[in-house]
Amino acid sequence: MVAIAQVDAASLVVRDVKKSFPAPDNPLSRRQALDGVSFSLAAGELVSLVGPSGCGKSTLLRLVAGLDFADAGDLLVGSEPITQPNAERGLVFQDPNLFPWLTVRRNIQAGLVARGVLQEKKNEVDQFMRLVGLESFANVYPHHLSGGMAQRAALARALINHPKVLLLDEPLGALDAFTRMRMQDEVLRIWEARRTTMLLVTHDIDEAIYMSDRIMIMTPRPGRIERTIEVGLGRPRQRDSTDFLRLRSDILNYLHFAGQK
Amino acid sequence: MEAQEELVPVTPVEPPSVLRWRTMLAVPVAAAFAFALHLFIAKNEPPLEAHSYKLLYVEVIGVSILLALGRRFSPGLRRWMANMWPVFTAAIVFICIWDVITLGLRILPLPYFPGPAAVLRSLINDRFLLLDSTWHSLALLLGGYSLGVIAGLISGVCIGWSAPVRYWGMPLLKVVGPIPATAWIPLAMVLAPSAIVSSAALIALAVWFPVTMLTASGISNTRASYLDVARTLGAGPGYLIFRVAIPAALPNIFIGLFMGLGASFLTLVVAESVGVKSGLGWYVSWAQGWAEYGKVFAALIIMAAFFSTIMTLLFKLRDRVLVWQKGVIKW
Repeated sequence: MVAIAQVDAASLVVRDVKKSFPAPDNPLSRRQALDGVSFSLAAGELVSLVGPSGCGKSTLLRLVAGLDFADAGDLLVGSEPITQPNAERGLVFQDPNLFPWLTVRRNIQAGLVARGVLQEKKNEVDQFMRLVGLESFANVYPHHLSGGMAQRAALARALINHPKVLLLDEPLGALDAFTRMRMQDEVLRIWEARRTTMLLVTHDIDEAIYMSDRIMIMTPRPGRIERTIEVGLGRPRQRDSTDFLRLRSDILNYLHFAGQK
Repeated sequence: MEAQEELVPVTPVEPPSVLRWRTMLAVPVAAAFAFALHLFIAKNEPPLEAHSYKLLYVEVIGVSILLALGRRFSPGLRRWMANMWPVFTAAIVFICIWDVITLGLRILPLPYFPGPAAVLRSLINDRFLLLDSTWHSLALLLGGYSLGVIAGLISGVCIGWSAPVRYWGMPLLKVVGPIPATAWIPLAMVLAPSAIVSSAALIALAVWFPVTMLTASGISNTRASYLDVARTLGAGPGYLIFRVAIPAALPNIFIGLFMGLGASFLTLVVAESVGVKSGLGWYVSWAQGWAEYGKVFAALIIMAAFFSTIMTLLFKLRDRVLVWQKGVIKW
C-alpha cells in the first residue's frame, strides 16, 4: 500500500473530567453526564470506549475534540491542555458528514484549505485518496457514494491533517455488517501504517475486541469508566478464536451485571 | 484496496427523438389555418393594416417547412421539434381565438382589446421606442437588483451567523421588511435626488428583504455537524462562514433570489409608471394615456419576454451553482 510517513503520535490524558448538562425535563437542575472520568492513552495506542447509549461516550469525545468544555478536570494531548478544536485531533463521526457541495477530492483536501497549506501539500491529496481507495472517484459528489465509500472519504479527510490523535465516534455504526468488517480491517491497516493514537467509541463489542489494545467500559448516570480490559491478543486477530470468544462473553456478562446493579 | 461498491451514475433521461408526422405538420397547418381565418375575418379591414401579421404566418409556415426538411440531419433538432411543436401550435391556436373574439366577433370592447394584427403592427411601428424602454428598464432593474442582492447577502449572513446581530437586526427586519417596497414611493420621491435613484433604491429594498430573510435562515440552519467537522479540520471563522455556512445556505439563498426577482419586477413597473420617465412601465402608462391599447399589449408582450428571460437566466445560474444537489456528475 501507499507509504505515508509515520506521524509523531501523541499521548492523551484525561484526568477527573466532569461535565453536566441542563436536564431536559427540568431546566433548573443539571444532569451529570460525566462524573470524574480518568484515563490515558500512550502514543500510538488504539483504545476502545464501549458502553450502552447515553453513557456519555460521545460527550467525552466532544470534550477531547475541543468542541465542548469540561466543567472540571484536565484534558491533555502530550503536555498541551485542550482548549479548542485543532487539526491535531481529527474526528470522524458515525455520519460521514462530507460536505455535499464539494467533490470527494475537495472534501478530502478541506483540512489543507482550512489551514491554508493546500499549495505545499497538494501531492498528499492523491496519496490519501489512494490510501482509502477512492482515487477514481475524485470528482464525484458525495451523494453518489455508498456508505462505506463515504466513510472512507471522511477518514481520509481527517487523516490528511496528520492528526496526533484520531477520535472515532462510532464511525462504522451505520454500515452493514460486511462493509463494517471490511472497514475495520481498513482502519487497522491505516493505524498500523501510521501509528496514530486512536480513541474509538463503539457499541459493538466484537469491533472493540477485534481492533483495540485496551477496552474501556463506561456505565451511565453518571457516566464513568467502570473497568478497563487489556485485550492482549496477537494481531492480526481471528474473530472466531477461543480467546476472542471468551473475552467477548466476559464483557457481555460484565455489562449485563453492570446493568443489574 | 479497490473500490468494491458500485457507483451508480445518474444519467438524465432524454426524450425520444421520434418526431411524428402529425406533430411535425401541426405548426404549418395551424399557421395556414390562422392565415386563412384572418383573411376571412378581416375582409372588411384595410389590407395594409394586417400586412405584417400575414407576413408573420408566411414566415412561420416557411421556417417550419424548412425545419421539417432539415430534421433528418440533426437528432437534436428532431428532439427540440418534438418537444416544442405542440406548444407552438397551442400558441397559434390561442392567437386565432384572440383574433376571432376581437376582430371577428367584436365581443370585447374596442379600443381596449385590439386584435393580434393591430398589436403586431404597434410592436413593429414602435420598435425603437420599445427597445429603448426595455434598455432603460434593464439598466434600472439590474442596478436595483444587484444592489439589493449584495445588501441582502451581507445582512443575511451577519444576522444568520452572529447572535448579537440577530438579536438587534431581527426585530427591525420583521417590522420593516414586510412593508411592500412600493409603499415607500412617497417618501422615496422626497428623499432621493432623482427619480432613477429613488426607483433603484426601492427595487433594492424590495429585493433586500427576501434575500436577507432566506440567507439568514439558511446560515443559521447550517448543520452543526458540518461546522464541528470543519473546526476539527483546523478551520477558522473565515472558512466556517465562506466555505461551510454559505455553501450550505445556497439552496435557501437561491429561493430568496427568486422571490427578490419577482418583487423587483413588480417594483420596477410601479416605480416606472409613477416616477421615472422611461422604461416599459412608463411606456405602458404613456400608451394608455393616449388610448393606444395596441401599444399597451405590445409592451406587455415585451415585458413577458424580458422578465421570463431574466428568470430563466437565474434558473440556469442556480442549476450551475447547485449542481451538487441535482445528481449530475461532472467527470
